[in-house]
Amino acid sequence: MTFAVEVLAVHKVFNSGRSNQVDALTDIDLQVAPGEFVSLIGPSGCGKSTLLRLIADLLEPTAGSLLVNGKAPRQARLDQDYGMAFQQAGLFEWRSVAKNIELPLELKGWDKDKRRGRAMEMLELVKLPNRADAMPWQLSGGQQQRIAIARALAAHPPLLLMDEPFGALDEMTREHMQAELLRICAATQTTVVFVTHSIPEAVYLSDRVVVMSPGPGRITEIVQVGLGRARDEGTREAVGFYEKITEVREALRGGNLGGLTNREVAGIEDR
Amino acid sequence: MKSRGREVVKRRSVRPFIFGVLALGLLLAVWESYRNWIGPWLGTERDVGKVLGFKLLPRANDLAMPSVFDMAREFGRPQVRGSSTNVFEAVAQATFNSLQLAIGALLIGTFVGVGAAILMSRFKVVQRGLMPYLVISQTIPLIALAPLTVTWGGQLSLFGFQWQKWTSALVLGAFLSFFPIAVGALRGFNSPPPAALELMDSYAASWWSTWRKLRLPAAIPYLTPAMRLAGSAAVFGVVVSEISVGLTDGVGYLILAYMQEGTSRPAKVFTAVAGTVVLGLAMAAVINAADRYFTRHRPPEEFA
Ligand SMILES: Nc1ncnc2c1ncn2[C@@H]1O[C@H](COP(=O)(O)OP(=O)(O)OP(=O)(O)O)[C@@H](O)[C@H]1O
Ligand SMILES: [Mg+2]
Repeated sequence: MTFAVEVLAVHKVFNSGRSNQVDALTDIDLQVAPGEFVSLIGPSGCGKSTLLRLIADLLEPTAGSLLVNGKAPRQARLDQDYGMAFQQAGLFEWRSVAKNIELPLELKGWDKDKRRGRAMEMLELVKLPNRADAMPWQLSGGQQQRIAIARALAAHPPLLLMDEPFGALDEMTREHMQAELLRICAATQTTVVFVTHSIPEAVYLSDRVVVMSPGPGRITEIVQVGLGRARDEGTREAVGFYEKITEVREALRGGNLGGLTNREVAGIEDR
Repeated sequence: MKSRGREVVKRRSVRPFIFGVLALGLLLAVWESYRNWIGPWLGTERDVGKVLGFKLLPRANDLAMPSVFDMAREFGRPQVRGSSTNVFEAVAQATFNSLQLAIGALLIGTFVGVGAAILMSRFKVVQRGLMPYLVISQTIPLIALAPLTVTWGGQLSLFGFQWQKWTSALVLGAFLSFFPIAVGALRGFNSPPPAALELMDSYAASWWSTWRKLRLPAAIPYLTPAMRLAGSAAVFGVVVSEISVGLTDGVGYLILAYMQEGTSRPAKVFTAVAGTVVLGLAMAAVINAADRYFTRHRPPEEFA
């Protein structure tokens, strides 16, 4: 089987050779199966974004190798095998909502009608079917974030890379968006690598939670969630859910004996 | 929805226009009251016009400060004794001629400035190499450069095109206006945040697509103030060049010509000055219209 993402003995050093060099990632091994939802969690600076950007070929590893859909990351990027969403929606303010969603399709050279058709489909998917001609600044933060997700999904990429996409949202919108993301990914068979600071969010969304720790950035544990694919509001109250939250929390603590204070761990739990 | 988009579109207020008219009216009122009452009163009763023996405040006579009403009357008088065109027609025609040159100069300046900015944002080497020359270029006195371009241009023959005096005015207006454009456009092209550039990278977008879909639209808000500066620079360049190279059909030259009639018709030169004011306002109006068009979908100020 070809993995959606395969990370083999990857090291990433920033400013290598200079005095202020940072070991952002050491010895990273990770396989993500097609259709799987994997979260990366860990304290600030442990290299979550760096790992995501390595997969996206926005950075190159110092050592080791990666495969995305069985290809070199560069090739996967050129083929637009993945869509990406960041903490900030990052919509282009001069483009209407539909035009923002169409951006990746334009760059792929799709013709106008096909683009517009797909944008409408995507708006339907993120439950904003009437806002095609609105400008981004006319939307709420949560709505903008949904448009950014629609943009990431527009070309139907087999892989979705998300870096704290719900970080800026209030708790209610956030839970709503989590449910929507699961629904969308189930409907489109998308593999997701998802960075978050929130333990409940990671557990609720994921098949597996990858726990990382800093200095140097590394994977300390991988927690199998195993709550099944069908998640609903009931999931959040289930006993198994709390057990998994505790397991991830413990893993975070265990991995952070080297240097992280209790307050920092608590800070993560608060989110 | 379309209708919703229109709801929040910036109101095209008439207020700035009213304020402009009021400000002009105030200026004329101050002028009139100074020459009629304040000036003579200061001069005769107080003698405060003189400080340490220097005459600071203008003498309030018809030669130095002709009445606003005389200026208005000048518009109706014949251009020269016995001529069939009156001053208004002459000034209007000259202003229109200069406006065409200034708009042409602004267009060329924009084209060259944006081109230079594209090269500079694409290749950092070009930016480092070109910028010092651009800065130096703007310190060359126009008065010296204008006659030179006539000499150089005269030796040029491009596909049978003959260099004219207006070509010099056009080139010098463009020469002055391209600099603010280049600087503003460069800042604009470099304004997108790293996240936006990374997004384009994640789509494997070429440099050129990134420019068209991200850098150029992001630069529009930077281009408007640059265009305003460039517009004034173009007007200034054209008017000064007209005087310098002796281009007789522009409003700049008209100032020079009317000035020479200062003793016989002192109010006449102010009609040409009014022409240059209109010229500047017309340029500003053109640029505002362009700005309105290009930013019609942008968030209104309170959202930005
Ligand atoms: N471009 C860069 N140049 C130099 N160092 C970098 C760069 N990007 C990241 N780093 C360093 O690499 C380490 C990991 O950074 P990264 O952004 O991956 O952390 P993170 O886990 O995403 O943190 P956060 O949760 O705060 O987003 C940090 O120590 C950071 O200072
Ligand atoms: Mg990060």
